[in-house]
Amino acid sequence: MTGPVLDIRGLRIALPKGADRPFALAGLDLSVNAGEIVCLVGESGSGKSLTAGAIMRLLPEPHVHVAGGAILFEGRDLLALPEREMKAIRGDRIAQIFQEPMTALNPQKTVGWQIDEVLRLHTRMDRKARRARVLEMLDLVHIPDPTSVHGAYPHQISGGQRQRVMIAMSLCLSPRLVIADEPTTALDVTTQLQILKLIRELQQKEDAGILFITHDFGVVAEIADRVVVLSQGEMVEHGPAAEVLNAPQHPYTRALITAIPALIPPKPRNFQGAPVVLRAQGLTKTFAPRGGLLGGKRRTVKAVDNLSFDLHRGETLGVVGESGSGKTTVSRIVTRLLEADTGAVEVNGKDLLACSPRELREMRRHIQMVFQDPMASLNPRKRVQDIIAQGPIVHGTDPATARARARDLLELVELSPAAATRFPHEFSGGQRQRIGIARALAMEPKVIVADEPVSALDVSVQAQVLKLLADLRDRLHLSLLFVTHDLRVAAQLCDRVIVMQKGEIVESGVTADLFADPRHPYTQQLLASIPGRGWTPPDLKTDAA
Amino acid sequence: MHLSQVLSYALRRLLQAVPVVLLIMVGTFLLLKMAPGDTVDALVGDMGGADAAYIEKLRAEYGLDQPVWVQLWRYMAKIVQFDFGWSFVYEKPVATILWERLGTTLLLMGSSLSLAFTIGVVLGAVAARRAYSLTDNMISTLGLVFYATPSFFLSLMMILLFSVKLGWLPVGGVKTIAAFHTGWAHVWDVALHLIMPTAALSLIYLSFYLRLMRASVLEVVELDFVRTARAKGAGEARLMVHHIMRNALLPVVTLLGLQFSTVLGGSVVVETIFALPGLGQLAYQSVIQRDMNMLMGIIFLCAIIVVIVNFLTDLLYARLDSRIALR
Repeated sequence: MTGPVLDIRGLRIALPKGADRPFALAGLDLSVNAGEIVCLVGESGSGKSLTAGAIMRLLPEPHVHVAGGAILFEGRDLLALPEREMKAIRGDRIAQIFQEPMTALNPQKTVGWQIDEVLRLHTRMDRKARRARVLEMLDLVHIPDPTSVHGAYPHQISGGQRQRVMIAMSLCLSPRLVIADEPTTALDVTTQLQILKLIRELQQKEDAGILFITHDFGVVAEIADRVVVLSQGEMVEHGPAAEVLNAPQHPYTRALITAIPALIPPKPRNFQGAPVVLRAQGLTKTFAPRGGLLGGKRRTVKAVDNLSFDLHRGETLGVVGESGSGKTTVSRIVTRLLEADTGAVEVNGKDLLACSPRELREMRRHIQMVFQDPMASLNPRKRVQDIIAQGPIVHGTDPATARARARDLLELVELSPAAATRFPHEFSGGQRQRIGIARALAMEPKVIVADEPVSALDVSVQAQVLKLLADLRDRLHLSLLFVTHDLRVAAQLCDRVIVMQKGEIVESGVTADLFADPRHPYTQQLLASIPGRGWTPPDLKTDAA
Repeated sequence: MHLSQVLSYALRRLLQAVPVVLLIMVGTFLLLKMAPGDTVDALVGDMGGADAAYIEKLRAEYGLDQPVWVQLWRYMAKIVQFDFGWSFVYEKPVATILWERLGTTLLLMGSSLSLAFTIGVVLGAVAARRAYSLTDNMISTLGLVFYATPSFFLSLMMILLFSVKLGWLPVGGVKTIAAFHTGWAHVWDVALHLIMPTAALSLIYLSFYLRLMRASVLEVVELDFVRTARAKGAGEARLMVHHIMRNALLPVVTLLGLQFSTVLGGSVVVETIFALPGLGQLAYQSVIQRDMNMLMGIIFLCAIIVVIVNFLTDLLYARLDSRIALR
């Protein structure tokens, strides 16, 4: 077959009345050839996921519907097909891989059943042949012990394996087109790299066309043949990957690429003379098993095992690790939101963990937290000024003074003071995270513990929030304990880094040294897994001026 | 789920249930003692009065002259051997009467709950799939009407319509007394008698299941795995049966277990109105007549039934939700 597998011409998708713009997608042209990976890149709200929905004809109609254009799949216009024929194409000729492998699989059906369903829907294979094919597919996506995974429920296997199952499911009928919608976003870096490799490998074997939707230019650098950049529903740039990545033309693409944290750590600063504001010693936390699964006794899990570190005044200490490494537990223990089993946390020379409830309340003003999800961590029923002023008021500040100060703080985090009387849902993610930072600053703390504060944000917003954090840190002489899974972010902001694995520190040191010369195999593996590590974003600031 | 696992779980639950039931018994015993009047007062009242010496003698005979603690101890010592004592109103052992009455109540409860559950779930699912349409509005309004109508009113209106005006259904009782039906004729006779009570009792609970199921289905439909199934090419029927229903049923099953005890309470009204010889009606009369032993026996039986039903619900839940392990 000659010609592209998928050819989208002038696709327009209409949004319901009252949305921020009339069209989610205003004239997209895109083609995917067999054996090619085309990356559709854009920030949240750019319309990239709706494109996938339009191809599959699974848009939430009638609110969101295709308003014009054509989607040609192997020469046939999908938009003109009756639903019956479309149903036959879905899962058979066009398959889709979703972002969140936990929720994309039915929790009540076994893995085998769910892959089998595709075969049952589209083939006349008998039970035995189907089972053989499912096992073959599980083996193809490199799942160890396919037979036991076949009978397992999704919650019984790991996140990476779930995504492998998802891939096996989408590929078992050798579709001509695979739509991968952010398939690695929810995964750890090391797992992400494995999955990207797997997609590449299978694609070469099956010669399918892949439309890969992502927001991450690192992933683009890793996998794309061609790139299409979307902004607010407009296609702003397209071309071969190397060209778009290294010599972007459109200002939006340039802005996006500039916003990516470079893997170049800041110059080491000297904190020898600075006083220690936060000292953790021998922190240990064990989680008791929550009952035996199927009668078998489960081991207790050591989330944090004998962990010690110092944080100097004005310093930023990064805590880096994959999910399950215990990094979030650390942040909860040092703020005493979670009780440690043993150990001490000295804040201002006083052990926070030994404080009585009354002393603890007093101590809380010295150490504050910024949380990951700015949507969930702000009370939706309170006005912004009350959210910010609540802490000081609880600690005895006069409410009027506290509210006036809240307005000053909003200015400090570069929000308009008019924001004070509005509610959190009226703000974007980045603005909400600024409010979260202002809330933490209201207590005039010495230490701020930030747990993945930018991982829910788009890359351009992420860069702004990181810059704000660094700026505030220097102006207010704050110390930051910065928990993150993203090594790029850590490299940009942290003076020193602790690498955690299974509750233990495997390596720690000055960021620049650690990135240049990782000693521990796990650190080496982590660094090697950063998507697009071979690609250095071009320095666009100089030629932009 | 292996059988040995279920058995060991059942054993553990049984052991946990013992103190619960004992506590219920002690609590209700003391509560009933706090209420003014006793069996003797009721008996004497029925007789139209007696002299003080006779009343004293009756009290001593029934052991009611002893301090409350002694009475409690004597009762508890008997109940742990499953000896329910003697009913001074019916002049029969309590156990015998309970046994006679249990069948009717279980039949009524079983039929009305399963009816309410099945119809509620189906209507709820239909309403959710056609959310905000005319069908949905009609189903939801109907549910609201049933929910808002008190069961005694519903019962009386049904009697008025179907028995008095139309003459289709019998007014009350569980069977035609002088007919002495046997075999299938008997079954048919009982079924005819149970239609109205079952309907009256189930219509109210039906609306609970309907609303919960509708909300639950609407929630599950939005979930990612339903979208995955669509992307696999599954049709609407398949989506509903394999992907939506099983997940949407979970909260409804929880409610089923919780509501069983409420239905026991609701059956008091319905049994009284339709003159069904069940536990509910018995409980009502026992309270009037201060038949202490009978009342305690009924409460004991109900406690056991609720414990068993909760256990069965948990089993069902574990069967339905693969993520839940028995422990």
